[in-house]
Amino acid sequence: MANHQRPLSPHMQVYRWQIQMVTSILHRATGIILGVGSLLIAWALIALAAGPEQWGHFSAAARSPLGFLVLFGWTWAFAYHLINGLRHLLQDAGRSFDIPGFVRNSWISVIGSLVLTALVWAVAMMQGGAA
Amino acid sequence: MKRTGDHLRHPLKVARGLGSAKDGTGHFIIQRITAIALVFLGLYVVWLLVSGGAADFATARATVGHPFHATLLIAFLVAMFWHTQLGIQVIIEDYVHTAGWAVLLQLANRFVCILAAIASVLAVIRIALGA
Repeated sequence: MANHQRPLSPHMQVYRWQIQMVTSILHRATGIILGVGSLLIAWALIALAAGPEQWGHFSAAARSPLGFLVLFGWTWAFAYHLINGLRHLLQDAGRSFDIPGFVRNSWISVIGSLVLTALVWAVAMMQGGAA
Repeated sequence: MKRTGDHLRHPLKVARGLGSAKDGTGHFIIQRITAIALVFLGLYVVWLLVSGGAADFATARATVGHPFHATLLIAFLVAMFWHTQLGIQVIIEDYVHTAGWAVLLQLANRFVCILAAIASVLAVIRIALGA
């Protein structure tokens, strides 16, 4: 008898969220964020080369509330992509492919990225300038 | 193209996607090499931003123009835009299946990444040479 209740490919609406898919999706999302951020880094360097007036425009944008939000978001995206990227490199070397290890390392990526972001901003604040 | 064995097969068959192009691991390897480089260079840039984020125009220029920082910054920029281009390429390959859009986005991805890389490297060189 044909079973019409057979599971189909993972439809996001009915698929139970688990940490393995969260880390995978976040790696792509943070990659795109950092891609946009790379253009902002290019803008900063071009402005610095162009002169004080252009640098002033960039500097003012970076110090605005929106600029602060972008810098903070960039820091987290960088921290996450860095830690999860290291995890991927370890997996490329054949390490930690068992399910418990995979789940544990996924949590290290997520929580580690928040800790690293907090650390970077704590040091930045202590340096006296909110970037 | 070098062909081994099977001389009865016309090279056109390979060109039409019916055989290996012999560079399948190139993308994978370069993505990993740039990733490993960016672990170090990315942390260095974050350290540079945190330690000198509040710097004025003259100080920022002097830092970026220093041969040590200019060298590492250019290495960072090349690795970052190369890695970004490879990553965005895979995302487009995975999600964009309309032939026209796929080609258009792949072209745009390469043009933007390469132009931004050239512009930002040129900016660092101009600052380093005191232009």
